[in-house]
Amino acid sequence: MMITTSKPNSGAHIGANRSVRQIMWQVMLALSPATVFGLWCFGWPAFNLFVITVSSAMMFEAFCVRLKGRAAKPVLMDGSALLTGWLLAMTLPPWAPWWIGVVGSGLAIILGKQVYGGLGQNLFNPAMLARVALLISFPIEMTTWANVSPLFFAQSPGIAESWRITFSGLENLDAYTGATTLGYIKTEFSQNRLLTDILKNYSATLNFIGWTRGSLGETSTVLLGLGGIWLIRQKIIQWQIPVSLLLTVALLASIFHLIDSEHYVSPFLHLNSGAMMCVAFFIATDYVTSPNTPTGQLVFGAGCGLLIFVIRTWGAYPEGAGFAVLLMNAATPLIDHYIRPRIYGRDRQGKPLEIPKP
Amino acid sequence: MLSFFSKPRIRGGVHAEEHKAITATQAIVRSFPLPKKLYIPLQQHVGKPAEPLIRVGEQVLKGQLLAYSQGLISAPVHAPSSGIILDVNDYPAPHPSALPIRMIVLETDGKDEWLTVPTIDDPFQLAPEDISLRVGAAGIVGLGGATFPTAVKLNMGRENRIDTLIINGAECEPYLSCDDRLMQECSGQIIDGVRLMLHGMETGQAVVAIEDNKPQAFMAMQAAAQPYPSIKVIQIPTRYPMGWDRQLIGYVTGREVPVGCRSSEIGVTIHNVGTAYATHKAIRHNQPLLSRVLTISGGAVGRPMNVEVPLGTLISELFDFCEVDAKQTARIIMGGPMMGDALPHTGLPTVKATSGILALTANELKNTEEQPCIRCASCVSVCPAGLRPLDMANNIRVNQLDAAVDIGLKDCISCGCCSYICPSNIPLVQYFKYASGEVAARQQAQHKSEQTKRLMESRTARLERIAQQQREEEQARIAAKLERERLKAEQEATA
Repeated sequence: MMITTSKPNSGAHIGANRSVRQIMWQVMLALSPATVFGLWCFGWPAFNLFVITVSSAMMFEAFCVRLKGRAAKPVLMDGSALLTGWLLAMTLPPWAPWWIGVVGSGLAIILGKQVYGGLGQNLFNPAMLARVALLISFPIEMTTWANVSPLFFAQSPGIAESWRITFSGLENLDAYTGATTLGYIKTEFSQNRLLTDILKNYSATLNFIGWTRGSLGETSTVLLGLGGIWLIRQKIIQWQIPVSLLLTVALLASIFHLIDSEHYVSPFLHLNSGAMMCVAFFIATDYVTSPNTPTGQLVFGAGCGLLIFVIRTWGAYPEGAGFAVLLMNAATPLIDHYIRPRIYGRDRQGKPLEIPKP
Repeated sequence: MLSFFSKPRIRGGVHAEEHKAITATQAIVRSFPLPKKLYIPLQQHVGKPAEPLIRVGEQVLKGQLLAYSQGLISAPVHAPSSGIILDVNDYPAPHPSALPIRMIVLETDGKDEWLTVPTIDDPFQLAPEDISLRVGAAGIVGLGGATFPTAVKLNMGRENRIDTLIINGAECEPYLSCDDRLMQECSGQIIDGVRLMLHGMETGQAVVAIEDNKPQAFMAMQAAAQPYPSIKVIQIPTRYPMGWDRQLIGYVTGREVPVGCRSSEIGVTIHNVGTAYATHKAIRHNQPLLSRVLTISGGAVGRPMNVEVPLGTLISELFDFCEVDAKQTARIIMGGPMMGDALPHTGLPTVKATSGILALTANELKNTEEQPCIRCASCVSVCPAGLRPLDMANNIRVNQLDAAVDIGLKDCISCGCCSYICPSNIPLVQYFKYASGEVAARQQAQHKSEQTKRLMESRTARLERIAQQQREEEQARIAAKLERERLKAEQEATA
């Protein structure tokens, strides 16, 4: 008997059962508790925005892939465009008008990803790039934070009203909106008020659960944190970036809070924020735009943490995570250039080791 | 000695599904029918091919020398059975290319008649050099797959005064279980082989390292090594590529082999358990390496097993014996699924290096649908050599081979961990093998062009020298002529 087979192939003929698509879906699974909670908290307008953002991200991806003359379906199936749209939607104000979602998705997919050559080629995190561009271009829409108004509650907008909110904007804005915790602290600081006074009505528990004003999916510390820990346990992400990021923020906040507790927010308030968890576990850990060695990842996380703290504390914006991540994304190639694993049998400079004298 | 107690760190590696139980639980099959024809390659080892000393049509006995070792690094080849030499010619090699290489074709007569040779009573009375000589004459090479001539390694060990001999019983490749079975069934012979190796290298201690997924082999080996305090049997974690010699040396001794050095230079030599077994047979029974135990396994194999086969048996005959389903077979692999090579067909012989032949179904194979790299860096974290496969692959993709060499292409050991783990199914090892081959070819081409240039230059110089010589002679002739004329004129003037 003679058997002939085609495709001569070297190297691992078997493989680990993990594809790009599975990785993307697991990340989305980890995001979903916080997303569902956010959608419930902010009702139908948030749902509209989420659907619009995600579907337009997919459409832009399909459009770009078609422009390149390739079939769109297999590329869409990898789930990366879906995840980018999803992450972007999570970071938008929940009642933002429809075009914020569409423009954001366009920025993320076209400018953030496809112009670089598609999946794996981009320098910046697409969702953060889009969010920062939107924040700079449309500061009003991007800082209008809806009150918590859960689905099926009497005072919450119904389906018909939600369409009006999404497509023609809010009337009587002030009745439905307010400031986020960090935004409120920033404004009150400028009135020369002290922290104990400002934080009279602050509830750590509500922030922990996520019953507070904020971005669509970024309010709940506990749900995002648990999702992130699950991702680490599933070995989708490494612990280095989240841990070094959170530790750096905690350390800096502790130092300054100990020096002057009336002007510097406590580390617990810094960390008890869904946005912080989202950035630490889901945004900064993006494979494409973060370093690929454990040490590099520690440096990257610490850099993000430092920048977040600096921008939150002394910057013009109440929240600095987007800017911090983008700046560190730009530093990633540099980190990867200088921090490399040591090759077996060589020293850090790449020279062969010396033979030890017996 | 302290390094034995501190817990050494294992770098990188993966844990693949083992698929070993199906063959590891059955006894080695020793009833494989003698094939009608054996195809014996003259090169089954690292180094120079052996030189045949038989003629076509000659009658040979089992164990008779067919081709002798040539040069310092080489190994002889013996007749695996008795019969007639049919041909000495080029036949397809057991290699992915299946390109022809020189082989001896032996038609067996079925008698399996041994060449009678005297055996020695106490090999420990032999001089250590004699052990190496006998091992070399028996054609023994590293049976773990490296196929480096064992005698050369024994000599290097002795010359470098190594302190530790490591016996590699890791068998970290999935599916393969031939070493496992051999350790379970022939532990006494293996330990005897280890003692002979220690004697041959004049080394004090040996460590037999066995992965902890083979508890039975470990117990058998420990029992066999009990009487000998110089031999220690230890369990090591199950993690591919634990059997990579450098990984094992690091784990057992805590030492690291510098790039460009052999392990004997840092006081360690490593041999496979199969090699120790072959050494026992060569020294105690004066039997050269004629057969080996190999694993036939995979989803398409009806009767997966470990079987002892004569060297030169065609894979097609083995597959018939093991009832391999041809329709199910998606890929034939020589060796394990991590580092083994895919073979184009089964009309190829088994050789000294063949530790297993796998017939895998499409379901068992890795998906080949390649997707863009998402820089997940799994390949960086699994690489036991500390390389960055993703960056190397990026360089190779745009044909910047020198850049790939700069970041460590030549330190790649082709273990396959990166290809195994890659979620985008990028055939990274294929990239690296291609690039290494291309770099070697370019260096050769450059070497050739430099050589040509040198030859050209020396030719020009030679021609120039000759021309110069001719000019000088010409001038001398003219000068002589003038001198003669002057003398003549003087003579005429005086006359």
